[in-house]
This record gives sequence, C-alpha cells and structure tokens, in this order.
Amino acid sequence: MIRAAGLAALPLVALVAVIGLMATLNPLATVSVTAPPIETLTVERTVLDEGGISLLVRASGSEPLAIAQVQVDGAFWRFAQEPPGPLARLATAWIRIPYPWVGGERHKLVMISRTGATFEHAIAVAVASPKWSLAQMRAYTWIGFVVGFVPVSLGMLFYPLLQRLSRRGFEFTLALTVGLLLFLLIDTLAEGLELAGGAAPEFQGAALVWLVAGLTFLTLMAIGRRGGHAPEGIALATYIALGVGLHNLGEGLAVGAAFAAGEAALGAFLVVGFVLHNLTEGVGIVAPLTEDRPHLYVFPALAALAGLPAIAGAWAGSVAYAPHLAALFLGVGAGAILQVVVEVGSYLARRAARTGASWLSASTVTGTFAGVAVMYATAFLVKF
Amino acid sequence: MAETGTGARRARWAPRPAATRPALEVSRRGMLLGGLIGSAGALLPRLARADAAAAATASPGAPYPAAGAHASGGAMDHGGMITVGNVDSARNGFDPHDLLADFTTGAISTLAGGRRLRQFEVVAEDKEIEVAPGVFFPAWTFNGRVPGPTLRVSEGDRVRIRFVNHGSHPHSIHFHGIHSARMDGVPGAGLVEPGGEFVYEFDAFPFGCHLYHCHAVPLKRHIHKGLYGAFIVDPDPARHPEHAEAARSRLLGAPENARWQELVMVMNAFDTNFDEENEVYAVNTVAHAYARRPIPLDRQRPVRVYLVNVTEFDPINSFHLHANFFDYYDHGTTLTPTLRTVDTVMQCQAQRGILEFSFKDHEPGLYMFHAHQSEFVELGWMSFFEVRP
Repeated sequence: MIRAAGLAALPLVALVAVIGLMATLNPLATVSVTAPPIETLTVERTVLDEGGISLLVRASGSEPLAIAQVQVDGAFWRFAQEPPGPLARLATAWIRIPYPWVGGERHKLVMISRTGATFEHAIAVAVASPKWSLAQMRAYTWIGFVVGFVPVSLGMLFYPLLQRLSRRGFEFTLALTVGLLLFLLIDTLAEGLELAGGAAPEFQGAALVWLVAGLTFLTLMAIGRRGGHAPEGIALATYIALGVGLHNLGEGLAVGAAFAAGEAALGAFLVVGFVLHNLTEGVGIVAPLTEDRPHLYVFPALAALAGLPAIAGAWAGSVAYAPHLAALFLGVGAGAILQVVVEVGSYLARRAARTGASWLSASTVTGTFAGVAVMYATAFLVKF
Repeated sequence: MAETGTGARRARWAPRPAATRPALEVSRRGMLLGGLIGSAGALLPRLARADAAAAATASPGAPYPAAGAHASGGAMDHGGMITVGNVDSARNGFDPHDLLADFTTGAISTLAGGRRLRQFEVVAEDKEIEVAPGVFFPAWTFNGRVPGPTLRVSEGDRVRIRFVNHGSHPHSIHFHGIHSARMDGVPGAGLVEPGGEFVYEFDAFPFGCHLYHCHAVPLKRHIHKGLYGAFIVDPDPARHPEHAEAARSRLLGAPENARWQELVMVMNAFDTNFDEENEVYAVNTVAHAYARRPIPLDRQRPVRVYLVNVTEFDPINSFHLHANFFDYYDHGTTLTPTLRTVDTVMQCQAQRGILEFSFKDHEPGLYMFHAHQSEFVELGWMSFFEVRP
C-alpha cells in the first residue's frame, strides 16, 4: 500500500519539478516577450428594459480583461460595470448602458478593452426583454405546450390504428420511428453545435456536445440493458419518450429564446407547423407498445415525459440562458436519441431474426425513409 | 478631478437669469451647464431643477419603450453620450489643454548676413498613450507626444531640424513647405533608420498654417500611429506692406499678436484595433478632453485657431462652431480670408487653415464646437469653449 502510494507520488513530484524548472528558466521568454494579451469577450445574455441595455459578458484570455469604453451604434456611451474592475479569466459581469434603444430596430454594441481591442455584439431586433411575471410564465407555458405536449399527445391517438396493422405495417411503423429519431439526432446535434459556437472558448462547446452525447449514449445503453436484455415494450417506449423529451427541451429553449428576442411570433401557421412536425414523435413513442396491452395511464405519462420538457425549455429560453449550459443539455439529448435509435433498430433486427427474415426489408427501408422525409418536410413549417 | 476644483468658480456665473429667456433655450442651457458642473451640482439646486426640466422636455411622448434611459446620468455626460472616466495626462506626459498654445520656437541665432536661424531637435520614440479613458494605444511619437511639438517660425527664417530616430521602425519628417528634394523626408531623401539621425534644413516659405508628418512606408500606419504635428510659419510684415497690420497680428511676439487667443487644434483619430477604421476621434488626441474641461476664452479678446486635419482612413474631417461664425484662411497662406462668415469648414487629410472669430458680443457661457460628421462627434470629437466675461 505504502509502496503503491510512493509509486503514485513519483510522477507528481516530477511534474512539480518540471513546473518549477519552467518558471525559473523561462525558456519561452524569447517567443512571448512582445505578444499583446489574447482577449476574448463573450456576451451570454442581453436584456433590454426601461433602464437601457444590459449585457452579461464573460471574459477569457491570457490576462484579466479591462473594459474601458462602450460604443452603442457608433457612439461612446456612459455605462456601469457590475462588479467593476478588470475581468479575470472566465469571470462574468453585467455591463449596464442607459441607452434609449429603439423598439423594432437593430443596435450594434462595441466594447473596447484597455488594449484597444474591440468586441462587437449585435441586437438584431430590439424588443423589451420578458420579465419573470405570472402572465409571462403563462404565455411561455402555452408555447411549450403547443411545441411539445399537444403534438405528442395527438400522435399517440394513432395507437388504435397501429394495433390493427399487419406485421409488415408494424415493422414499417418502427422503422418510421427510427427515421424520425435520426432526424431529431441530427437536428439536436446541429442545434447544440450552433449554441456551442456562442459560448466562451474555454468551455470547448463543440467538444462538449459530442462528448456529452457519447457519454449519455453509453450510460443509457448500460442502464437499459442492465438486466442482460435489451428494452422492449413499455421500457423501450419510455426511453423513446425520454429522448424525444430532451429534444423538445432544446426545441422549447430555441423557440422561447426566439420569442423573447422578438425573432418569431406564434401565429396560427407556426402552431399548425409544430403540431404536424412533432405529431410523428407521438406515433414513434407508442409504436413499440402495439403488441402489449398497457394501462391507460401509461399514455399520458409518456406524453408528459416527451412533451412537458418543452415548457421548461421555453421558460429557460425566454429568460435567456448560458450558451454552454444549453449546449450541454442538447448533448445529453443527442445521446439519449442515439440510444433509442440503436434500441429500436436492434428490436427490429431481433424480430426479423426470430422469423428468419432479414432486418433489411422493403417495409423497414421505406419506413425509415418516410420518417426522415416527414420530419424534414414538416420542419419547413417551423424553422425560421 | 478638475470639475470639482473649478465648481466654485463656475457657480459664480452659472445661475444666469434663466427665467427671462425662452423656455427651450433654458432647457438646453440647463442641460449643458448642469452636466458640466458634475460633482459640484449639489451647490446649485437651481440648476439641478433646470436639468430635470430639460430631461423631461427632451422626450415628449417617449416614442420608444426605454424612456427611462433618457433621464439618467444628468448632463455633464451629454445625455449619456460620452466616454466614461478620465485620462491620466501625467502618465501620457502631455495634457491636451497645454498642447493648445504650446509653441516650440527653437533655438534662435543669427547667420552671417543677418538672417535668423532657428534650430530644433525632434526625437521619434515608441510610446503607449491613453487616447480615451482606459483605452491605450501603442503610438509612435515625435518628442513623446501626439500631436508632435508645434514648430513655429517666421517667414524667411533658416530652419534646421535635427531629427533622431529612437523608434523601432524607420521614420522621417516630411514638412509641408517649400524645400529641396533632398530635404523632403521621404524614402530616399531623409529617411532615418532606428538609431540614426538626419538634419533637415530649409528656408521657411510660404507663411501659413502647415504640418509635418512621417513619410515612411507603409504611410497609413506611420501617420495614424501618431507621427505628425503642426508647423506654423508667421508672415513677415515687412514683406507684406499692403497687409502689414494683419501680418503683425499673426506674428508671434508682436504687440498686435499678444491680444489674440491662439489655439492649435490637430484633428486626429485612432484605430485602436487596427482594422483600418477609427475607434476614437479627437482634437489633440484625447477623446472628449475639451468636453470634460472646456477651453476657457476671454470674450474681450479675438480667437485664432490653427486647424490641421491628419485624420487617417476617413476622407474628410470638419470643424463647426456653435452660435458664431468665423473667417477662414485656407492653408493660412493669405492675409485676407479665403472664406468669410462661415460656421463650418471641411478639410481633407493634410488640409489646414486658420480660423478667426470673436465672442465679444456674446453672453458668457458654454459654446460647443465639433466635427459636423455626427459619427466623429459621437466617437469623441466634441468640445466646448467656456466664454468668460
């Protein structure tokens, strides 16, 4: 034991020695002697209210970053920083600017650091930021409801029809589920990577999305198969609902943020679009249940699991959120979706093996194709 | 803070009979004065009220939702549109207020034959300067300041400038004036490597308001980094008998010149992030320097501004005087105005001229002057004269 501790200490002692040597010899002095500090400033939140414009900024770089001046629309403007002083690596502060912003118009902000470096931030359309009020909560609950819960529930109403389908029809439906999940996987990853691009570089947003997706996939696979066999029936439906729910959390986040930023309005067109687009998700969730006779309560429970996260997403999106945290959530969502793609696929393969047929049949190929095509086509109604 | 120190003095004239003037003017004055007084505002409750009234009338109907943003900040901050903080002139090594009338006339001696010789020494050096509060710029300077020293000579003088380059790049001094090709201060004629030196020598012609700048390449970089300054050649009255009076008023040292309030204003700008667009505009380098601390003027004495434009990247700059008009002498090479009774003049880069005006019949107060490109105003080139009785 003591011997093991000694062996573990050896590399650590060597590490300390190397750091000490680097500090004393400073062999890189000649390369870095005149380099100006690297400075990055990430705007994580933008709030517009009667007091003007407020930005939550996060600094990163080789040295503490001092914000010396702020320009709004090409004019130096008075501002206050809370807390004041230079921002250490990864530190955040609010920049509050008493600027008479103009509703419905574009504004451009430039923050100038001590070294004269500039950091730009554009407000595409100025609208008053939502405040945390009951009416506001109700509105965003409604948005989340429309985006997630309603379409998933409506899709589940196809259950009685699915029960009457032939074996081929059942396989087609399961393959359709795989297709729609593949679409959601790509969509979630794309959304996650886009958000990751807006995060401070230290968080390595893109790597975060991929790694979290991979680890979530592994974890859920291990949990799903802990009994030694792959999930089927209600268990499989629950995993699908979980994956869809995490996707809808991300969707709610994006929609909530878009509404809060004035970039979208929930017109009838968009409501119909979301219902059509996410309807297929409901079909996919109940597809593995057609050979069981589950209790009636299972259906609302699955609808809640898949649909309600959209409400939480819409709330978070409306109040704004840190982009790296959103990227993290979407990474989890992508991993969960990948798990159900694999499990539904392997379920299809097992069924085919039992009957001695190939998993690659006309019904599975057309089903997958149909799933992707329906999702892609209905996405035209909701992407903006 | 200078504002605090001068608060009591301003208090003497600040509460003028505001009630006797039209309401709109009261509001505007109130806003300007109230802001100017800044920390001394507590001494002047009457002005504070005027300021509040100004803020209230400034947003009739409040067409945008952020009405509250208007009322903030009081008035010294020009409705919020101003840089935040103060520039440390001591660290910079020069104060924009001191640059206004800081004339370098050189070491004077007499040549064989009786001509006057003026000898100058100019040193180029790299120096970080604060161009707006908290914003530092890695400048190249003449004699450690931007703009460089205002060299002032008389028409016909022999001028000898020993130029030493302590900077990190080759530099030169290119004078706008009449001289030989060898003295032109361009690559191949008077370009000085780091550590080297060169002596420029010429006769001072023509009289006028001129400039000098580094002519090393890349030219844009060498100019906008700060290597420029004003070069004034006073007219010799003996050579211009038909306008001897005007010439004497321009001649530094003449009794007729002593009553003039002479100010050198070099319109410049700084591209702090090197994207070939300026972040900071100013007169004599420091953004809003004369907005925070107005330039005091004695209204009994006439004013002469030597205006030089060295702004890089923008095609023109301009000067607009509020509530007054001036006569303008383009390049300063004439003794009669080239433009009469104007309140705005524009200059391309290296264009310059002399402005003459008077506040003799004006009531004391703050009179704004600025570029009439609103963009430059909002990025630092906005100033005040404080006209005193």
